[in-house]
Amino acid sequence: MSLEDGPLCPLPLPHSERIVMGHGSGGKMTHDLVSRLFLHYLDNPALRAGDDAAAVTAGNGQRLAVSTDAHVIWPLFFPGGDIGRLAVCGTVNDVAMLGARPLYLTAGFILEEGLEIGVLEKVVASMQAAAREAGVQIAAGDTKVVQKGKADSLYITTAGVGVIPDGCRIGGAQAQPGDRVLLSGPIGDHGIAVLAARGELGFETQLQSDVAPLNHLVQAMLEVSENIHVLRDPTRGGLATTLNEIAAQSGVCIRINEASIPVRPAVAAACEMLGFDPLYVANEGKLIAIVGREDAERVLETMRRTRYGEAAVMIGEVLPSPAGRVLMSTRIGATRVVDRLAGEMLPRIC
Amino acid sequence: MKYQDEYRDQSLVGEALEEIRRVVTRPWTLMEICGGQTHAIMRHGIDQLLPTEIELVHGPGCPVCVTPVELVDKALAIASQPDVIFTSYGDMLRVPGTGMDLFTVRARGGDVRVVYSPLDAVRIAQQNPQRQVVFFAIGFETTAPANIMSVLQAQALGLTNYSILVSHVRVPPALHAILGSAHNRVQGFLLAGHVCAVMGYHEYPPIAEQYQTPMTVTGFEPLDIVRGILQTVRMLEAGRVSVENAYTRVVTYEGNRAAQQTIQRVFTECDRKWRGIGVIPNSGWRLRPEFEAFDAEKKFDLQAIHPEESPLCIAGQILQGLKKPPDCAAFGVQCTPESPLGATMVSSEGACAAYYRYRRPGQDL
Repeated sequence: MSLEDGPLCPLPLPHSERIVMGHGSGGKMTHDLVSRLFLHYLDNPALRAGDDAAAVTAGNGQRLAVSTDAHVIWPLFFPGGDIGRLAVCGTVNDVAMLGARPLYLTAGFILEEGLEIGVLEKVVASMQAAAREAGVQIAAGDTKVVQKGKADSLYITTAGVGVIPDGCRIGGAQAQPGDRVLLSGPIGDHGIAVLAARGELGFETQLQSDVAPLNHLVQAMLEVSENIHVLRDPTRGGLATTLNEIAAQSGVCIRINEASIPVRPAVAAACEMLGFDPLYVANEGKLIAIVGREDAERVLETMRRTRYGEAAVMIGEVLPSPAGRVLMSTRIGATRVVDRLAGEMLPRIC
Repeated sequence: MKYQDEYRDQSLVGEALEEIRRVVTRPWTLMEICGGQTHAIMRHGIDQLLPTEIELVHGPGCPVCVTPVELVDKALAIASQPDVIFTSYGDMLRVPGTGMDLFTVRARGGDVRVVYSPLDAVRIAQQNPQRQVVFFAIGFETTAPANIMSVLQAQALGLTNYSILVSHVRVPPALHAILGSAHNRVQGFLLAGHVCAVMGYHEYPPIAEQYQTPMTVTGFEPLDIVRGILQTVRMLEAGRVSVENAYTRVVTYEGNRAAQQTIQRVFTECDRKWRGIGVIPNSGWRLRPEFEAFDAEKKFDLQAIHPEESPLCIAGQILQGLKKPPDCAAFGVQCTPESPLGATMVSSEGACAAYYRYRRPGQDL
């Protein structure tokens, strides 16, 4: 490109040719890849809904939630969890976020030649414990081994199926103006705990990943309210990206209050040091609920009586406009837009 | 981490803002030098809370932004070589060079690694004696001591496979360039707190005097920034020219002497090109000849570099405080954080990235 070509010259699109890490960040680049490539070829109404699980209907009219999730994480074991617990909880949670009761999981293992059997056994035992806690069975599985160097130790893909109760219409497109936004607890624990466990960034912390099955929390919430409109677990891309997805799907504005969003001091400190924003850090055991105003307090109280919702808080509300936007009142009383995560989160320089 | 609560306290910030409103009688244009401050201003919405008389323009203090495209291209060329492990601060990976960035190099098979400290790069060099390990040593005075320590450590360890690609710049020459420009409209400066933590602020009184422009050493939390603005506005309103320190919990007049002496031992001043601005005399540092063995530009053949900039990007004018990001026709349209045309849209300290990420409720793209 030269200066003489003027503004009509082709603009650089540096990452349209090859996959880069940002495509896996869960943010905008992931979203664009899904909508431009996967959805382009695989388009159907269930996929197009854009929720973490798809709602499909069985022959007898029973509505089912189905979901799949591939797990690649390093290190395999980290404070608060491991790849096995993550693989079970990730899919259980995706299914539960449609209001469904998860029943069965499948698991596919890609194993690198040379992996210690003892490591695999520890992971599978952890899957068993997580499945028992969630009350699901791992009903089918598959194992493949690849040559040393063709994979990094161990990858697990799980799929899950659950039953959606009659009349339940929970989904990302259901948020309505006037609804309240609830969050089940402090954000950023998983992302920072795993980052610290890698030992690359030179800090240590007592922090534990929050990885947990949330289906019992969801069941408790559903028992006290028929006005839960959206459930979503803010995993990759964090709270900010998930709220943006909901605002876009529902065509509403979500307004949150910075001071009301709980962040543990250890997470806040690590984020300050690295130049990260906790709003974009991954969680594996938290959910966002968007609930009709009249039921919000009751649902919140119920959440607080559960193991994984005891620190639940109300963080904002749904407004009619500007549609598709997430706004935040900052601690010092200003207002700004909260965008999706753009690419990979990178540590800052100074 | 108490400062996160106290220095972000709404009532304390509100009191300082109220004091600015009380003191100000006419319009003033202030520049915050440091991109970290630009981001804090946008992230917390400080600009929205200031009286309309105060306009903040954003300075060139973003090391990623001002690193010239030639050097990014050199980094891309080095990182593409098969026997090289190229290490960098994370932010630099997304900065577009000519046609690609370091992420592209990595996706094509180059070994590009993010490190948080250059000392990690030295460790990688120790662990991989058969490969050349290069660290992209960019930054202002703030990162110079750490980057230099990596060279001294590599030297002490007798490593011959470690080098740094240096693109160091300094704040004072940039102030001369901005204040000496015929287009300058900056009337007061917020000096970069972390630069001054290393260098102190003894370099600045002569500059303030020469251009009759008051300056305040300023930190990065909302209360720090609002207090820095308040002190600068007080000086402007009183017609007083001085350099004050509003970041006393970190910065002293002398700065970190040991760090300054180490910089002098390893680096020497040189002319540097600033991306989008041009060459500023004596505005940078390079390795002294006795440390040439650690200079990646000397170690690798980098003749075939032909850098090209996007013709749409107005980063140069933004970095000089002449324009603001929304003044650019490409802002948010052709130029976004996923597909940036200029480094100011990339860095966590870049003004365009700050405006894009923390844009205002009414500001649609």
